Parts: sequence; structure tokens; C-alpha cells
Amino acid sequence: MFKKTFTALAVAGVFVAGAAEARDQMHIVGSSTVFPFSTAVAEQFGKTSGFKTPVVESTGSGGGLKLFCAGSGDKHADITNSSSGIKQSQVDDCAKNGVTDITAIKIGYDGIVIANAKAAARMDITRQELWLALAKDVVKDGKIVANPYKSWNEINSKLPAIKIEVMGPPPTSGTRDAFVELVMDKGCAKFAEVEALDKDAKKAVCASVREDGAFIEAGENDNLIVQKLDANHNAFGIFGYSFLDQNMDKLQGSVVEGKEPTFENIAASKYPVSRPLWFYVKKAHVGKVPGIKEFMTEFTSEKAWGEEGYLAEKGLIPMPKAEREKFRNAAMNLVNNVNDDVKK
Amino acid sequence: MSDRKTNSELIEAGLARRYRAERRFKMYGIAATTVAMSFLVIMLVAIFVRGVGAFHQTQISQVVFIDPELAKENDWQGMVKASLRETFPDVQERKDKKLLYGLVSNGAGYDVQNRVREDASLVGQNIQLWLPASDDVDMVMKGSVDRSQPESERRVSDLELAWLDKLAADGAIELQFNTRFFTAGDSREPELAGILGAVKGSFLTLMVCLLLSFPLGVMAAIYLEEFAPKNKWTDIIEVNINNLAAVPSIVFGLLGLAMFLGFFGLPRSASLVGGMVLALMTLPTIIIASRLALRAVPPSIREAALAVGASRLQTVLDHVLPLALPGMLTGAIIGMARALGETAPLLMIGMVAFIVDVPAGIMDPATALPVQIYLWADSPERAFTERTAAAIIVLLVFLVVMNVAAVILRKKFEQRW
Repeated sequence: MFKKTFTALAVAGVFVAGAAEARDQMHIVGSSTVFPFSTAVAEQFGKTSGFKTPVVESTGSGGGLKLFCAGSGDKHADITNSSSGIKQSQVDDCAKNGVTDITAIKIGYDGIVIANAKAAARMDITRQELWLALAKDVVKDGKIVANPYKSWNEINSKLPAIKIEVMGPPPTSGTRDAFVELVMDKGCAKFAEVEALDKDAKKAVCASVREDGAFIEAGENDNLIVQKLDANHNAFGIFGYSFLDQNMDKLQGSVVEGKEPTFENIAASKYPVSRPLWFYVKKAHVGKVPGIKEFMTEFTSEKAWGEEGYLAEKGLIPMPKAEREKFRNAAMNLVNNVNDDVKK
Repeated sequence: MSDRKTNSELIEAGLARRYRAERRFKMYGIAATTVAMSFLVIMLVAIFVRGVGAFHQTQISQVVFIDPELAKENDWQGMVKASLRETFPDVQERKDKKLLYGLVSNGAGYDVQNRVREDASLVGQNIQLWLPASDDVDMVMKGSVDRSQPESERRVSDLELAWLDKLAADGAIELQFNTRFFTAGDSREPELAGILGAVKGSFLTLMVCLLLSFPLGVMAAIYLEEFAPKNKWTDIIEVNINNLAAVPSIVFGLLGLAMFLGFFGLPRSASLVGGMVLALMTLPTIIIASRLALRAVPPSIREAALAVGASRLQTVLDHVLPLALPGMLTGAIIGMARALGETAPLLMIGMVAFIVDVPAGIMDPATALPVQIYLWADSPERAFTERTAAAIIVLLVFLVVMNVAAVILRKKFEQRW
């Protein structure tokens, strides 16, 4: 009896299913910031269109483009989401693997907020001051020195007299990239001493975040930062606007350069720390993997990305009408527009 | 008489001290156990307190008119909206209407649709339905929204609270057992999200893993323990197996990505690949446990069998293996329990993904329980917090069941010599 079961088990174990069949389900990869929006559209699409619900993977913007650019065919992703925009090097990578026809769709904006607990005072800060608070090396008395600031009021007496303690995303995160680009780079560019440096040194000085405990890498989980801010009233956190939106009762966003991080301010591009969100479609897959065109139609419909659409409820900041129109047309006509908005 | 104490006096003098030392040592042990247990209890209580809410979901009772026109257009949510307008006829402004529609879930229309699909004669009639409330309303009903705070700082406005109070006064809103949580796949709406997709994904993955790793592991163990000559080569193999058991699981994920996806071209996100990767990971554990189980069978059993003329194969299959099997199964179950909790290797092969459809077979895209926990923990909506904890409870129940099975197997079949 043992012999029989044993052989049966062994046979079953050695058996490996045959080659993969043609894919009938879309595969989306990319940014964790776009993930909540992409999944919301995917779910809606799956429930109403009769196509299978696309599989959405959260791989980070860079990881997503790597998978996306690896080639065409069943094994490779159809769409990748990005919170930082495609770079020239990534376009080149894509082209190397034969992925040349790409439709780029901007879906809206996301604000990055510097928030703290409601019980504490709201901060009103500039990007310059944020850089001074968070950079590894800063400009002091005309020299570049290791960051000496311990509390906010040492930078500007109007800021609160509490220890600098900021929780933010790790370097692997798209939010961190955007924060560096929108806050740190802009903040340090205001100093003539930094401008005088050569390009590489300038980049290093601008983007390096201090490592002496004032900036705490809190991991990719923004909910964790929210909980920690709730417990520690002296700390600040850096994360996407949608988490502030969901936790309005506990947290407040700091005013940056006179602008509050509100839905209206981000939509009107008044709040300085906001970035566009994108997804990229591999044109070679349209018509091969069922549903891509229809998925794009769903994503670019007013009921999804419009001012009152369901993505706005999830925290996406919609684009102005003209821009929505532009990208809807690009989506409908599958324009190969990836080179229009490439970052150098 | 000299001052020298006799031996027994010496012993008696030291006795109290020795007893004290013994009592102290016992106290340390008890303290260590208490600390460990209290951590466990704190963890379990925290998870349970947070997660228990997810087993109930706020439902709103509505009389929905199945409008033949809307049914033709498949606008089931539209019927729900119409019924809400009926219940609150004095809501006129567009902005307020939007708030009103937000009381029930975006997915309420699917419930209406399913009812009508079951019974087509309902078209043109009024039906009474309990519809899922939206996650914000659910949070109010569960008391996670502080009504004393100013309106601007709540996600739920005064107007909505007034509507909810009216519904509550009419008995048209209540917390009901959340069956959807156990019967649905993932969703971006907390009130529609369920654990079934992840449970089934985990089940399929573990089945593949067990079917691959158990026979292979046991075969390898039997050969190495019973048949293989003891030489340099078997020593090298043994060292390598022990090393493999300690390799971080992400490495197996990378291997799976390169081998199964890259080389064999198996589909991404499929539980087949997940099971194969986890099988690689559990294989060394099972081999080691199986070898220990074989070694625990006394040589006298083998010698007796050989003495009456059994062949080596007969000895192993008919005498040694049955006695060692409980130990092997225990090892396999413990290996499986570890595989159940893994996310890192699954990340590389695309199983950390948003997948709505419940997988039907091993080739379908699937996630696993720990992955679902991770994805929910990362979602901004507050209602997902309790769902995260509830998913952890489900995972813990699975683990407990598996470990209890291991204990029972051991108790029932174990032979002591």
C-alpha cells in the first residue's frame, strides 16, 4: 500500500505542466504610487467590460519599466505605471529590445506632503528650509559643512522649536525620487555656493539625505508613517497626498511656500511639490492581448479620471480639461508619443 | 574535639544556599516563559481586537425598483441611486446627491445584478435588498469616526451623519456578518474585498509545493540514509543540503525568476511557479527532517527484516518507511507552514499583485495570504486596516491547523522504543 501511494505521489510530483498558453489577461506592472489608481480602473474594467480583470503588480516605477522594456510577447508586461516619468536611458533600453512603439498617457497629479499630527502646530516652510533641514551637507556661512541643524528653529526662528525628526520613503521609492527632484534639488539651487560646484558634486550635495537620525527611512508602507505621526507629535512624515486625504482627522499637511497641500491647490499646480503620474502602453501588444484598448478607454473616461470620477475619490488629482482631452486622444489613436515627455 | 565540621555539617550549611539557587533558577525560567507568553498574548490580542471588526460589515436596506430601462443598459448602480433618492426625497443639490450616493458601496449594483440574473422575473418589480455600505459609513458604524471633531476634519460630513442616523432610526442600517469577506477576491473597495482569492492561491501554491517537495525530499532522504555509501561525495551533498536550508528565501525567488520564467517560459504570477519556487525552498527542510526520522528507526528493525531474508528495498519500504513516515510528515507540515508565510520569493515571480479573479487552477494568476496582508497593509483606506488584521487572523488559523495536524500525526503514529 505504501509502495503504491509513494509511486503515485512521485509521479504527480515529477509531473510539470506543459508550456504556457497564449495570454488572455492583461498584465500591468510599475509604480506603487499609481498602483491604487491602476487597480481601481482594472477592477472596474474587469467587472463591467466582460474581459478578465488585469493583473496589476506593484514593482516600483523603475522595476516596472525594466520588465516592460524587456521585450514584446506573452512573457512581458503590456502596461507599466510610472510616478517619475520615463527617462531617455529607459527609452533606449526599450528600443534595444525592440519595444519602440509606446503610447504615454499622463493620468493626473499626485502631491507629496510633509505632514504632522493635528495636535501639533502646523508648519509653514520653504523648500530651501526643507533642504537645510534634511540634506547631509548644507551651506552655512558661505561654506559647505556637515548639517549642524538639530531643531527647526535653528534654520528659521519662525519655525517651531522642536527637534528635526522626519520620516520618509527609502531610496527605492518613486516618492523619494520625486521628493529629491521637487524639494531637495529646487531648495539647494537657491544657494550660490552650491551652484558654483561642478555638476556631479552639486548633484551629490543636493540629493544626499542626512544620516544622523534626523531623517528616518520608514519603509515603503505609508500607513506605518501615519501611525507613527499619530503617536509622536514632534515628528513629520513625507508621503503621497492620498494618505493625507484618508487621514484628515489625524494629520495636517505643512504649508510649503505659502501653499497648503489641498486638492484644489495641487490640481491648479499651485502647490509646489506635485508630480505627474503616467502609464505606458506597449503598442505591439494591442490587439494581441485582449482588452488593452478597452482598458485605455476606461482609464481615460471622465467617470474614471474626470474631476468627479472615481479616481479622484481615491486621491488622484485630475488634470485640467484640455490636458485630459489631449491624452484621451493619444490613447484612442495609440499615438507613439513616448518621446514627447522624456526626462534627460 | 576539633573545630573541623563533619561532612554532613558542611552539606547542611550549604543546603539552604543550594535550595535558594535552585529556586532562583526556577524563577528565571518562569520569568522568561512569562515574558515570551505575554508578548504572544499582546500580539494575538492586538491583532484580534483590530481584525474582529472586519468580520462584520455595515449593510443598508433599500427597496430597489428594477427599472427595465436601466436593466437594458446594465446600469445596476443607477437603480440603487434611484432608490436612495426615493428614501431621501429632499436631497436636491448635485453635490449633496453625490454624497448620498456615496453612502452605499460602488459595488452595490453588482448585488442587484446578481439577484436579477438568478431570477429574471424580478425586472419591473420592487425588491428589498441589503446592500453593502461604503467603507466610510462602515467606519462610522463601527465607531472609528469621532463625531465630536469639527466637520472639516472628518471624512464623513454632518449631512451624511444625519442620513445615517435616520437610516438607523428606521432600522435600515445594521452590522451583518461579512460573508463577502470569505467569498470574494481582492478589491480596491474595502467593503467588497475578500480573502478567498488569496486563500485559494495559497492552497494551490502549497499543493504544488507539497506534491513536488515531499516525494523528492523523501526519496533523497531514503537514498542518502539507507543506500548511499558514506564517502566524500555524500559528505559534500550533506553539507550542501544543510547550507541550502539556511539560504534566504529571496534567493529562491531569483532562481525561480531565471529558471521557471526565463528558461521554461512559465506564466508570471501563476501559483504553479509559486509552488515550484517554494518547493525548492522547503526541499532541504524536508530532506533533513526525513533523514532524522529514518535515523530514529532502531537498527534492530532493519536487522530483523534482513535476517528473515527481506531485500534492502523490502526492508526500507515495508519496515523502515512506515515507522519513519510520521516524523517525515511532521517535517513536511512544518516546512509547508513556513512556505505558507513566505512573500519574498513570490515577489520575484509576480505573485505580489492585485488580482481580483479567484484562481481556478494552477496556471491562473494568484496571490497568497501573506501577500494579501502586505497589499492591504499598504492601502490608504482606513477600513483596510481591520481587513489586514482579519487576514492575519485567517493566516494564523491556517498555521495553527497545520501545526495541530503535525502534533496529532506525531501523537497518533509515533513509535517509542
